[in-house]
Amino acid sequence: MSHFNPELRQRAEELVALYPNRRSAMLPLLHLAQEHDGYLSEEGMAEVAELTGTTPADVQGTASFYDMFFLEPVGKYVVAVCTNISCLLAGGEELLDHAQSTLGCSIGGTSADGMFTLEEAECLADCNIAPCVQVNHRFVRTTTPATFDQMIGEIREGRRDSDIPPHGTLIRVRRNGVLRNTREALAAERAVAGDARDARKAQETK
Amino acid sequence: MATLTAAPIVSSRREFADSHTLSRFLATSGFEGLKKALSLFPEQVAAEVDAASLLGRGGAGFPAGRKWSMLRKNAVTYLVINGDESEPATFKDHYLVEHEPHQLIEGVTIAAYALQVTQAFIFLRGEFALGLERVQQAINDAYDHGALGQNIFGSGFSLDIVVHPGAGAYICGEETSLIEALEGKRGFPRIKPPFFPAVNGLYGEPTVVNNVETMSNLPWIIRHGGAAFAALGEGRSTGTRLFALSGRVNNPGMFELEMVKNTFRDVIFDPQLGNGIVGGGKLKAFIPGGVSAPWFGPDQLDVPLGQDEVANQASMLGSGSIVVFDEATCPVRAAWRITKFFSRESCGQCTPCREGSGWLERIMYRLEHGGGRIEDIDLLLDLCDNISPGLLWPPQQTTICVLGPSIPSSIHSAIKMFRDEFVAHATNDGCTYA
Repeated sequence: MSHFNPELRQRAEELVALYPNRRSAMLPLLHLAQEHDGYLSEEGMAEVAELTGTTPADVQGTASFYDMFFLEPVGKYVVAVCTNISCLLAGGEELLDHAQSTLGCSIGGTSADGMFTLEEAECLADCNIAPCVQVNHRFVRTTTPATFDQMIGEIREGRRDSDIPPHGTLIRVRRNGVLRNTREALAAERAVAGDARDARKAQETK
Repeated sequence: MATLTAAPIVSSRREFADSHTLSRFLATSGFEGLKKALSLFPEQVAAEVDAASLLGRGGAGFPAGRKWSMLRKNAVTYLVINGDESEPATFKDHYLVEHEPHQLIEGVTIAAYALQVTQAFIFLRGEFALGLERVQQAINDAYDHGALGQNIFGSGFSLDIVVHPGAGAYICGEETSLIEALEGKRGFPRIKPPFFPAVNGLYGEPTVVNNVETMSNLPWIIRHGGAAFAALGEGRSTGTRLFALSGRVNNPGMFELEMVKNTFRDVIFDPQLGNGIVGGGKLKAFIPGGVSAPWFGPDQLDVPLGQDEVANQASMLGSGSIVVFDEATCPVRAAWRITKFFSRESCGQCTPCREGSGWLERIMYRLEHGGGRIEDIDLLLDLCDNISPGLLWPPQQTTICVLGPSIPSSIHSAIKMFRDEFVAHATNDGCTYA
């Protein structure tokens, strides 16, 4: 019995098919599992293990290396405030302090209503609009306490639903092209193309 | 006065709000480079890139053409694009994947044709949710347009590109770590030798790993010729580069500038670029190429923005990201925050980096926040020396990858330039600013 719903299971199998080796789909599949549950549940990781031909322990061991994967439930919105060098110079620590009081939780904690989890982020590569804030990995570009609070208010009122999906949903654009062929067929095709080129070259140098 | 590049190469569609769409791309020379490349022999395409002497834009600055020629002798199996942009203060690839994704796809396809590779992966950092969606959309568009997949534009050449999301790890910008992550594992860098990707890369196969910006230059190079690209810049630093300016300047931003023709002073002070220090203050120091690079002082403002020009001053142009400190910036605090970053991001394989980064962070923390001692200054240097013996530049290495020897850069620079401030922090029992 699959933990994923049929649509997600279908997407998971499409992902596995993109790689020469099933295990390579590990990170994209973990993102899918997180999309399903909002975090990595044991059932989600077990399904990823089955899809990648690994064990749940191996999946958890891999997932725990990466900052974006949560092994415990988090809020519907993960708010990340950067305090790395460029943001530090622009008041990142002060904005993070402010975020703690607005959301009523400490760094790594979740607001009382379970809506927001607050993270201190490392550089998110948007240093010219500092301090940088992401919500569920969408750049919200709120650099002041006032705009930060306004943004949180909009999320609470559901006015940001179209640009900020719930935590875990990363890529909403689905791939439309399937891989063409097996590696053996690709190698054969490459050989044929190489022969044709050699022939053309011989022709041109004649 | 800065010499702005007359026509930008990789950010040419910046003025258009719809620069990420296929229609805008097609209306602005989209796929012309690819079509021209496909009419040439693969070796001719590679020769153009060689002639351009395009240096890799990821940070190490290795010539892309030479990277390829190391491989052309043997069949390359995979092309992997490094879009794990995580070096603090770097935000150029962020722009390229969000705003010019088709240009990236075109560049990757040109490179794949030159290398005769039929499978490419684009590894993007997971935090780029919009970038991941835009690149996936661009790939979808390219398949529909006949620019990707089977028999591209009727040339007989076929290529598949898969976009692979990272999941939050600075170390995955290191190419062998990136390959591990692409194989579905923890992002532990591999030791070189034997794991040079060119010989033993993805799934043990010969693999080329190139940066997003490097790939994004290829359509222009093929359209205009390698010689036209090499005519820009000077010496080994050809073409243009995306410089990311942040910190205490009036106008932080990303600027595409011709290599070598501009200096740090131009980028920081030119009214069209950085437009000077916040509040008309004085520049205290700046980082010339990402937080792994040793710092520069006001004396080095006239160093040109070139690979060798910066290297000759014992630092690096790295990822092209410049961070400006003004007089109100506490150098101890700045170096502490950078050290905290490395301590968080060390993968934990090698003892000097795993333990050293944490020790350094704790000592820097107490100097900044109270509890520091005068002896800490020499202790910091001693620990730095254990990670990177001699504290030389380019650095010596005691670890598998270069994250380790990057850790001492900021601490060593800060102590060298502002030792008296470290002493003041120790005697003041904490930060002397505010």
